[in-house]
Amino acid sequence: MRRLHNIWHLGIKELRSLTRDPILMFLIVWAFSVGVYLAATGVSMELRNAPIAVADEDQSVLSQRIINAFYGPYFRTPDLIALDEIDRGMDGGRYTFVLDIPSGFGADVLAGRRPTLQVNVDATQMSHAFIGSSYISNIVNGEVEEYLRHSRGATPLPVDLVTRMHFNPNLTSSWFSAVMEIINNITMLSMVLAGAALIREREHGTIEHLLVMPLTPIEIMAAKIWANGLVVLVTAALSLQFVVKGLLGVPIAGSLPLFLFGTAIYLFSATSLGILLATVARSMPQFGLLLIMVLLPLQILSGASTPRESMPIIVQNIMQLAPTTHFVSLAQAILYRAAGLEVVWPQMLATTAIGVVFFTGAWVRFRKAITTQQG
Amino acid sequence: MSDSPQTPAGPGGPLVARLRNVTHRYGAVAALGAVDLDLPAGCVVGFIGPDGVGKSSLLGLLAGARALQDGSVTVLAGDMADAGHRRAVCPRIAYMPQGLGQNLYAMLSVFENIDFFGRLFGHARAERDARIEELLQATGLAAFADRPAGKLSGGMKQKLGLCCALIHDPDLLILDEPTTGIDPLSRRQFWELIARIRSRRPNMSVLVATAYMDEAERFDWLVAMNAGQVLASGTPAGVRSQAGAPTLEAAFIALLPEVQRAGHHVLVVPPRPPQHAEIAIEANALTRRFDGFTAVDGVSFRIERGEIFGFLGSNGCGKTTTMKMLTGLLEATAGSAALFGRPIDARDLETRKRVGYMSQSFSLYGELTVRQNLELHARLFHLPPGAIPARVQELLQQFGLEAQVDAYPDSLPLGLRQRLSLAVAVIHRPEVLILDEPTSGVDPIARDGFWELMIGLSRHDGVTIFISTHFMNEAARCDRISLMDAGRVLASGTPAALSAASAGGTLEAAFIEHLEQAGGALVDTATPAQIATPIVVRPAVPPRRFSLQRMASYAHRESLELLRDPIRLVFALIGTLLLMFILGYGISMDVKDLPFAVLDGDQSSESRDYLSNFEGSRYFVVRPPLASQAELDHRLRTGELSLAIEIPPGFGRDLKRGARPAVGVWIDGAMPFRGETILGYVQGAHFTYLAGLAGTAGAGAVEVAVRYRYNQDVSSLDAMVPAVIPLLLIFIPAMLTALGVVREKELGSIVNLYVTPVTRLEFLLGKQLPYATLAMLNFVCLVLLAVFIFGVPLKGSLLVLTAGALLYVIAGTGLGLLISAVTRTQIAALFFAGVATMVPAIMFSGMTHPISSLEGGAALAGRLYPTTWFLLISRGTFSKALGFADLYPYFLPLVAFPLVVTTLCVLLLKKQGK
Repeated sequence: MRRLHNIWHLGIKELRSLTRDPILMFLIVWAFSVGVYLAATGVSMELRNAPIAVADEDQSVLSQRIINAFYGPYFRTPDLIALDEIDRGMDGGRYTFVLDIPSGFGADVLAGRRPTLQVNVDATQMSHAFIGSSYISNIVNGEVEEYLRHSRGATPLPVDLVTRMHFNPNLTSSWFSAVMEIINNITMLSMVLAGAALIREREHGTIEHLLVMPLTPIEIMAAKIWANGLVVLVTAALSLQFVVKGLLGVPIAGSLPLFLFGTAIYLFSATSLGILLATVARSMPQFGLLLIMVLLPLQILSGASTPRESMPIIVQNIMQLAPTTHFVSLAQAILYRAAGLEVVWPQMLATTAIGVVFFTGAWVRFRKAITTQQG
Repeated sequence: MSDSPQTPAGPGGPLVARLRNVTHRYGAVAALGAVDLDLPAGCVVGFIGPDGVGKSSLLGLLAGARALQDGSVTVLAGDMADAGHRRAVCPRIAYMPQGLGQNLYAMLSVFENIDFFGRLFGHARAERDARIEELLQATGLAAFADRPAGKLSGGMKQKLGLCCALIHDPDLLILDEPTTGIDPLSRRQFWELIARIRSRRPNMSVLVATAYMDEAERFDWLVAMNAGQVLASGTPAGVRSQAGAPTLEAAFIALLPEVQRAGHHVLVVPPRPPQHAEIAIEANALTRRFDGFTAVDGVSFRIERGEIFGFLGSNGCGKTTTMKMLTGLLEATAGSAALFGRPIDARDLETRKRVGYMSQSFSLYGELTVRQNLELHARLFHLPPGAIPARVQELLQQFGLEAQVDAYPDSLPLGLRQRLSLAVAVIHRPEVLILDEPTSGVDPIARDGFWELMIGLSRHDGVTIFISTHFMNEAARCDRISLMDAGRVLASGTPAALSAASAGGTLEAAFIEHLEQAGGALVDTATPAQIATPIVVRPAVPPRRFSLQRMASYAHRESLELLRDPIRLVFALIGTLLLMFILGYGISMDVKDLPFAVLDGDQSSESRDYLSNFEGSRYFVVRPPLASQAELDHRLRTGELSLAIEIPPGFGRDLKRGARPAVGVWIDGAMPFRGETILGYVQGAHFTYLAGLAGTAGAGAVEVAVRYRYNQDVSSLDAMVPAVIPLLLIFIPAMLTALGVVREKELGSIVNLYVTPVTRLEFLLGKQLPYATLAMLNFVCLVLLAVFIFGVPLKGSLLVLTAGALLYVIAGTGLGLLISAVTRTQIAALFFAGVATMVPAIMFSGMTHPISSLEGGAALAGRLYPTTWFLLISRGTFSKALGFADLYPYFLPLVAFPLVVTTLCVLLLKKQGK
């Protein structure tokens, strides 16, 4: 009871401190509104306006058909270039894709000789490289098939393929990026707020004051966690409701309360990690660096920007220790696939367990860190 | 001063400064109300008055540290509202702000701090060394030249601050409560030093605010202030006679308006009733060592309940450390201490409730108001909720804080902050009070008020008070005192007994005698003869608009701080390399190992034939088959499967009959990019199957050979490394500089920008230089790692890459500084740096998605952001063997970005405080 009382009042103090920093408040609002909006609408993962060129050595009816098959919005109208221009065009980054149609291609197709059509792909344009090359294969195959059907009157394809996209039928990338941006913001903000608040208390000497009062480190830490966590939770909820659902019109498949419950658990983990980092760093600049070193892998390797299963196994295993990984998979399950508690409880459990480890670590280091810094 | 060579100047003499109708406000609060004042040149002018009457604001205006709001201020024959005049006279003015070591750099040593200011004022090395040597000798700091300023005691910090102020031979020295918190011996040395400097430079004017009336008595000219108004000015004798009082202290009180005077009377300490015998605080051979030196060395004492026990001693003698050990903040290295017979235990919450502690430096929450601070502490000490408002009101009254109840402590003058700290320390009615210099910087009337309160607590409520002080009249009020020096107790006893035992017969004499006997290192050994080193007097030329030396002095200081912080250095270097490893291996846009399962309703050889195309692929991994549509749904939902394939019953039969059976495929589209890629794979596998069927016309008629250029196996380091380098080179430099300016704002040293000749551009570039250098070092390490450890070939020109990197790190560090210039707290700066680097660099710069496909604000952000362009340069040189001729368009934005950012920075940074 007494503990809760202390934790409550210390937390109120944290909230008051936050309101005294209008620039910080503005940044928080910005990150969760405009930031999310920009990330969602600006970056499309689909193929868009991909620059393409064709070196047509064949000049046949078929090659012309293939060239005409590339148009917007996926591809730009292909530039026709000579064979020896391929290297220059690609080196200069003018084309992401260059098709090389060999001479005699049309005739070889008709004769059933299975000619080879080469697609050069600039692999540094990572996301486009993959999607684009499979598009190109399919377009080429389709054109060839149609051409042959016309010229030979061949039978239609014996098997149909019916594909359905689950959870995001049109593969709208804003659905994905909006939510992932919120997750990135949650991670960054919770760690910055909780950790930096502790360092600030140390730099201003106020922590000493707390330590001579009848307060335990656990209470001080718990107050930082609930107050800063609450701020992030409320902002994230508002952002989901008004920016993601409202403004961007992303349908949220699952239960919002369940997601927020999961977020609360994650916030415990992330703020504890922030505090742990703050007990390791001796000053704000050190904390800033530590933050970058922890945040970057968390954001990039947690599955929020690229698929996890294609990362090396060792990276996948190490990232199992990061709460973000579990949170990202929880968020994707609830928000996109409408998963319920029966599906996401393992993630919740893992996030909690990791949080407890961080919290304990911070608690062990707390007093030592406070007194050594003063020296 | 009485020993000054100058006779006190009168109103007819030359003036150093003149104020006309000066008004200064902080929000709604007026600190100065239409002040008219003439200050005579060539003498020591003292400002006296209660706390918060506008003394500091006035001195700040005179120094040019605060921007003038209304009225006119003329200093050294020029208008301080005119930036040109300020720039011209600022080398002739030295300003030492209030507070312990506010304008010093804690990580730098004593020598380096002074040296920094010397460089700022453009002194050559030999001259600097000579001046520093002289100042260190004169202040007795020579023995501590290598100690970091942060580890100095309060008094030593003040001396160091003075050294920094005096390094450039100012014509006008402005000192805001320079002797607050300084022991009597150091105080004496301090004024002797000023006197010696003045004897050498008789034309120097000194403006001092002080809380010590004995000091004020010796000044040439006094300005008594109250409530933003000047009550009286003139010679000390003049002020005394004006008020018709025998002493200055009495005169000052007499000058105050009725209301404030009321209730003030001469303080009498009633004798302590003898019945208390219980020991409240006990220390036995208490010792504390910090690596290398012993701060407290075998200190023992026993303090009875209700006793007022004073601790006196030079600065840095171990008083504070002893007190921290009594509160449990520090652990004793040896010896023991007990409160109420219980050994001190940092985890003992019950004992903490019986103790009130006030630390030397202000340590309450600046972001909470006076009332909120009091209420917070009341709640944390578990006062009954109903009693809190009354208790808070009572304390506000007792400590004279009623007018400031909704003010934030940061905006209060030192004296009022001290009162608040003391109020917080007693709020829970502790049985023991441990007060570390509680009255430093507090005006005489308020000090008497404190003591009245403490005497009441001690005599009526039996509260034990353990107090340290530098005021001898306060020491005389204690029941017993201990004199401390260099961690040891020199003498203990009642004040009367100690005075009687001394040759001088006073407590001050006793103190100084004991200290001199102990021969502490702090004792001033310099004689005036020694400091007569002739020093070149430089003609007063207005400083140049841009000086490389001033910029270099900031760069030098910043580098020293960086080098002093090996952890930061190691993080910055090793951390980058580590991140490169993690990200280089970890990021992959390659979609493979996709888990899939099959709902095979046919189970024929044809269906198995169809599925073999998926099972054999490197892109897919088979999971246990599905039994029903519901299971298919569930397993997709949990995320276990990325793909489910349904073969309808009768697939084989229909195929043979030519009835065109349809295969159903469900794809998890939650991550659109992956969904898209899966779709491509599925279609590919489907075509392959068709091509294998006999009698099919179209499918398989062509082979499409995809050749990935610049990176054959696509996910490999060859593609990632050139993309990760630009990422890392923006995060870390921007984060390093983002705290640069805001940290100085938060910790107070920004005032050096306000009052020294350094310009904003010099200040900013000076801060940027070391971090840009560090980032280039980082760049070199990254390239070496890439080429020699990861074996990523650098196909193009190293020179072009390096040139791009140089521009890029300048852009990155500049961005950090801009963030720093607009934020007010370090927390905001950290978050800002995170938001301003992570999102644009990872998402909008073309690392994974080409910028040609960006839309709206993101496209704009991507085009403006420097990472975009350096990424092209990095990929161009690493993977595509491009030269400057191909890449030069990308250099233009990289040149423009820093220019724009730095200009914005200069515009946003203020050269004066509020």
